[in-house]
Amino acid sequence: MYSVKEIKKGLEEKKFSTVEIVKEYLEKIKKEDKKIKAFITLREDEAIKEAIEVDKKIASGQELRLLEGLPVGLKDNIATKGLKTTCSSKILEDFIPPYDASATVKVREKGGIVIGKLNMDEFAMGSSTENSAFFDTKNPWDLSRVPGGSSGGSAAAVSAGFAPITYGSDTGGSVRIPASFCGVVGLKPTYGLVSRYGLIALASSLDQIGPFGKSVEDCIYGLEGVQGFDKKDSTSKDVKLPDYFEEIKKGIKGLKVGVPEEFFGQGIDKEIKKKIEDNIKILEKLGAHIERFSLPITDTGLSAYYIISSAEASSNLGRYDGVRYGIRAEDYSSFEELIVKSRTEGFGEEVKRRIMLGTYALSSGYYDAYYKKAMIFRKKVEKLFDDAFDKYDVVVSPTLPILPFKLGEKINNPMEMYLSDTFTVNINLAGVPAISVPAGFSKEGLPIGMQFIGDKFSEDILFRFAYALEQELKLDLDPWKEGR
Amino acid sequence: MGAFETVIGLEIHVELGTKSKIFCGCSTEFGKKANENTCPVCIGLPGVMPVLNERVVELAVKAGQVLNCKINKINKTDRKNYFYPDLPKAYQISQFDMPVCSVGYLELGEEFQGKKIGITRIHIEEDAGKLIHLEDEDVTLIDYNRAGVPLVEIVTEPDIRSAEEAHDFLKKLRNILVYSEISDCKMEEGSLRCDANISIRKVGSDVLNTKVEIKNMNSFKEVHKALLKEEKRQLELYRYGEEHKIVQETRRWDSGKGRTVTMRTKEDAHDYRYFPEPDLPPMILEEKYIDTIKETIPELPMEKKERFVKDYGLSQKDAEVIIDDKATANFFEKLVSKTKDPKESSNWVITEVLRSLKEYDEIPVSSQQLAELIKEIKSGSISRNAGKKVFDKMCDTDKMPVDLIDDLGLKQISSEDKLEEIVKEILDKNSEAVEDFKSGKGKAFGFLMGQTMKETKGKANPGVVKKILEEKLKKM
Repeated sequence: MYSVKEIKKGLEEKKFSTVEIVKEYLEKIKKEDKKIKAFITLREDEAIKEAIEVDKKIASGQELRLLEGLPVGLKDNIATKGLKTTCSSKILEDFIPPYDASATVKVREKGGIVIGKLNMDEFAMGSSTENSAFFDTKNPWDLSRVPGGSSGGSAAAVSAGFAPITYGSDTGGSVRIPASFCGVVGLKPTYGLVSRYGLIALASSLDQIGPFGKSVEDCIYGLEGVQGFDKKDSTSKDVKLPDYFEEIKKGIKGLKVGVPEEFFGQGIDKEIKKKIEDNIKILEKLGAHIERFSLPITDTGLSAYYIISSAEASSNLGRYDGVRYGIRAEDYSSFEELIVKSRTEGFGEEVKRRIMLGTYALSSGYYDAYYKKAMIFRKKVEKLFDDAFDKYDVVVSPTLPILPFKLGEKINNPMEMYLSDTFTVNINLAGVPAISVPAGFSKEGLPIGMQFIGDKFSEDILFRFAYALEQELKLDLDPWKEGR
Repeated sequence: MGAFETVIGLEIHVELGTKSKIFCGCSTEFGKKANENTCPVCIGLPGVMPVLNERVVELAVKAGQVLNCKINKINKTDRKNYFYPDLPKAYQISQFDMPVCSVGYLELGEEFQGKKIGITRIHIEEDAGKLIHLEDEDVTLIDYNRAGVPLVEIVTEPDIRSAEEAHDFLKKLRNILVYSEISDCKMEEGSLRCDANISIRKVGSDVLNTKVEIKNMNSFKEVHKALLKEEKRQLELYRYGEEHKIVQETRRWDSGKGRTVTMRTKEDAHDYRYFPEPDLPPMILEEKYIDTIKETIPELPMEKKERFVKDYGLSQKDAEVIIDDKATANFFEKLVSKTKDPKESSNWVITEVLRSLKEYDEIPVSSQQLAELIKEIKSGSISRNAGKKVFDKMCDTDKMPVDLIDDLGLKQISSEDKLEEIVKEILDKNSEAVEDFKSGKGKAFGFLMGQTMKETKGKANPGVVKKILEEKLKKM
């Protein structure tokens, strides 16, 4: 399919119309998504109507906005006014928000056309999208494998060419993990760069909306489409936003790269380790200074992450009680019964597990041993990253220690599933940004992702590294190619 | 067995007088159609986020200042988690360990020698919605208009020693909060709610024995009654050695039956799983900001009372009665500025104006009307008694006293010629009474006065009548 630049240029030069572009993507989805199953809801008629309006604008010679006429897909936890937003949960099966998320508003204001809502792990809890209450999404590179998660639908859609830009959310790796598994670029922005208003919360102090693109440039368009201060989100920050397209031209010569030993140690797939090491050599060749250092956070970080995120989730998910919206159990004789039955019927196994974990961690008598301790470690992670960024411009690691696994392989072993997040969760604890970029393929042809981690609001530097590597590797990222 | 004393601490929820709710732009207006004042934020739809209304912090700081509290420059919000249908998010945004204000006090009145009652803390939080159980229907409806209305919770130290002190504390507290425009404190609209913790101990002991929490008291009078009742219940248990039956529990005041009943015991107590609200950053209050708020505090009740005593020569008691209600105090000051007669003005305010407030929600006459009325009486145009009739009439009309005096035909007869004629008639008709008077029966004078007044339907100027009567009787 097309890159963002190709579409923008084609529309400006009237090589094709917006309606043609939107229809082409919708056709492709209708034809191919039977295999991938990325979309929960398609927004056909309205999308075409909006495309007609864009064409009128083009015909009248009006200036086109950043995302004008671009088909955009949204993870199904980003609220869309009048369009079903389910979080891939039975409990919100028929929930139609009467409001747009601020990110949705921004995408629309910049001319983007929402073409549908994408599958995910229920309430963004998971790393494989197998926790969706509706269906599994497949990895476009190997339909027997998972696309990663929780934003599996968003990553698979970009990978399969169903949309040039999609959005996901990343609480502990949920953008970067599927980006890595599906061979696309995915960014987890600095906490506070993108408004969370209307993003249905998993863990409020960790969640960030992030863009997917086939290329670094597409990912930049994606970020520019949603970033910036929003008064509806008191945790969003008002910062000066750099011109990323100017920044990526600068290259990485003279920049310092920190390589944390703990992210290359035990448990890491050999092929992944080799690929990332090779790429580090490329960075060196491009003029970056490489230095190895110790960042002892991976093990404890994972525990702290699961305690904090589950604690917040247990509170955030309290509102699904069957009283005001969502599914309600049929038979009940008291309010307690209404709530218990509705939640029992409406939530999946993983959601229940984390609600229990989080409730326990916050209970009196356990608070100090779990939640408080986790928060103390979180401060330490922040401090360690702070120290690292005093020395380095970026820290690099594999995005995951493992290759895309088979559907069903880990779903019955939650602990093993959680280990997929070892390299990604600490980034959220520290609130810093990180990007996953395609780093190459395994012998079997499965995508490998490389993670660049930066200091707060250093997305410009992350893009510079990602772009430099991308230009050097020149990977073919089309999973549909003959012979694949 | 020695003497016992009662130990009481209060927890008061006060709705802050903001136009909009604490975390969204919805109106806080009372009495709207069910769920009219709601939006995705205050009914807790998925994905929405709170934005703190700055006015709430301002009023909470002000509450701390008028209650002599320490204002905490760094404070934060926390989530209090529990399931209940009136709580849309299944958590209430409140403050746990870092409230806006801590350690203050409030002074009780003269009766209690200005005893200081300690304030433990004041924190901000959001109100919940309201359940409506339909009569004869197996249905519960929910009105979320109140959900997200800003509250402060004021917690006192266990310094209160009697139901009377508690009652006075609440009155003083309400007065201060109304004066400083923090809340309208209308208990009947639920904008002030009070729970009480009460226990008993031997005088001289400083242990805090098992306390009982009492809820559902809907007026200051009920707080008073409920505390007396619970005090009696506990004392009795102590007296008969059954104090182990006092358990830590929450009891509901049943005003109909006039007693408290167990609502829930300690075992049913919630574990609220408090943790810091991740959707709102901690609040950092600058010294300058706190000072600016302080400057907005108007004259408080005690200050006003002292000024009334000093400037208008009122007695402590009269001043206390007048300042007890801010609107009344303001009315009094306006009245004095017009009549230039504080004594007469305070008499009218304390008697007729306060009496009218038992019937009307606000003072039913204007200060201009009452000032004119006082003028008419002082000039002798009407009698004091007729003045009261005019006052009653004024409560329902904007008409000025001059017109009402005409309408009601109350104009006083002060003409000596006219009154001499009438008195003459009376004396002629009542020769017996005249004889009585002459024989030294003082009572007869009053009788003759009364007959004259009766004859003129009370319109005769009593001073003039008296003078004429005296003159005439002397001559007889």
